This record gives sequence, C-alpha cells and structure tokens, in this order.
Amino acid sequence: MSARAATIRVVGRTSRIPLPALAAVSLVLVTTAIAFVFFVAPNDANQGFSQRIFYFHVSIAITAYACFAAGAWQAFRLLWKRDPRADLKSYVCVHQGVIFGTLVLLTGSIWAKISWGRWWLWSSDQLVLFLVLFLFYCAYFMLRYSVDPGPQRANLSAVYALFGVVLIPVSFAAIRLAKDIIHPVVFTLHGPNFGGWILVTYCIAQVAMLVLAYTLYRLELVAKRLDGRLRELREVLA
Amino acid sequence: MTTAEKYVTAAYCVVFALVLVYVLIMALKLQRLEREVDDLADRVPAEDDAEEASREPARVG
Repeated sequence: MSARAATIRVVGRTSRIPLPALAAVSLVLVTTAIAFVFFVAPNDANQGFSQRIFYFHVSIAITAYACFAAGAWQAFRLLWKRDPRADLKSYVCVHQGVIFGTLVLLTGSIWAKISWGRWWLWSSDQLVLFLVLFLFYCAYFMLRYSVDPGPQRANLSAVYALFGVVLIPVSFAAIRLAKDIIHPVVFTLHGPNFGGWILVTYCIAQVAMLVLAYTLYRLELVAKRLDGRLRELREVLA
Repeated sequence: MTTAEKYVTAAYCVVFALVLVYVLIMALKLQRLEREVDDLADRVPAEDDAEEASREPARVG
C-alpha cells in the first residue's frame, strides 16, 4: 500500500464517528425520547393517551423514507460514479428501510386498533400506499438474491432502488391530494399540526430514530464488509 | 391500566423487541465471523510451516 493510500485510509477511518460512541448516543437519545413521551408530553385533546404512539410511529416512518432515499442516493452513485462500495451501502440502506418500514406497519396497526377498532383499513390511501412501498422494497431482496454476485447484480439492484424512491413522494403526497381524513395528517404545507412540548418531544424522537438507524446501518455495514473480506481470504487460501 | 395505555405500551415494546432481535442477529453474525477469522488464522501458520518443510536446504558458501 502506498503512503498516500495509507493516509487516505487512516483519515477515512478517523474522520468517522466511532461505532461505540454512536451506539451510546443513540441509547441516550432513545431513552430521553421515551422519557419525554411518557412523562413530559401532554395528552392530546382528541385522542388522549393513545396519541403517544405517534411520536415513534411518525419518526420511524420518516426514518424509513430517509433510509430508502439514502439507498437510492448510493444506487445513483454506483451508476454514475461507478463506486463499487456504493452497492453494499445501498443494500444496507434499503435493508434498514425495510426494518423501519416493518416497525411503521406494526405501530400503525396498533394505533389503528385503538382509534378505529380495526388493525387495518384498506380504504385509507396512506396505509395502502405505504404497504405498496414496503412490498416494493421487500421484492428488492428477491431480485438481488436471484442474480449471481457481480456487476450485473449491483446494476440491477441500483436501478430497482432508484425506481423505488419515486414511490416516497407519491406515498407522502397522495393522502394530501386525496383528502383522506381517516389517517391523521401530521405535516401540512403550513408546517406541523402541533406545537409546544408535543413538538419538542417529536423532534427528540425523530433525531433519536435517525441516529439509531445510522448506528444500525454502520453496524450492518461493518459486518457485511467483514464477511466479504473473509470470503475473499477464504478463496485465496483455498 | 386502561386499554389505550396497554396498546401504547405494546407499541413501544414491539419497537424495542424488533430492534433487540436485529441486534441479536447482528451479534450472532459477528460471532460467526469471529470464529471464521480464528479458523483462517489457524490455517495460515500451518500452511507457512508446510511450505517451509517442503523447501530444500540451500548450500551457503
């Protein structure tokens, strides 16, 4: 390895936040968010105590969208700049998005059971569109693992991830365009529909979820890279 | 505890449980990788020794 390459590698490592520090920060943030949700935020005038699901449900949904968008960005980098590392990053982002998407559906269903008395409503556009988005990204893994590893798999996965990102604004905007009043609309063109401690608690929960997602992303990326390097080593030693 | 409180608690427990399951899966994966690294590390000196033993002694001088 040349001195310059070694320097870049070292700088690349030290410029990042260490994973244990990230894990500690996310733990503190999630704990703070839960404390605010249960002990600081007031009861909602209309929904009462059940509204407290919203703090995690909405922030997890925004985090899932962010993960899918980050996956599409990495896919774009792979196709445009031919950065080979972007394929793995895109895959891990989409995987995180699917995990957070599962949480959105689960917490949403629990909230629906309290508010509507049913676990799911097919008449709600926002629910169905989010399910479509979620299933679209679930199919990403089927596509990825049906092709042998290599440039073809990376390119196909990247194109698919880029197509999927189109569904994010559709999912976000459809409810507002359809005037569906079943599912509450938290963010309008005039800003959030709440203020005071509810807004503070939501902001803390949102930051906590984003940091948690980034921590899990980094953890999975480390494991995937290690797995890849070990596979290469095994092939060399075989 | 009211029904709403039970459901809200269930929602937060679901989030916690799923993240915990994910971390557990990652921990198991890292454990497997560690075992593989140990396995490879065991193989490397053995191959070096075998290579050294197969070499013919060189005459000096």
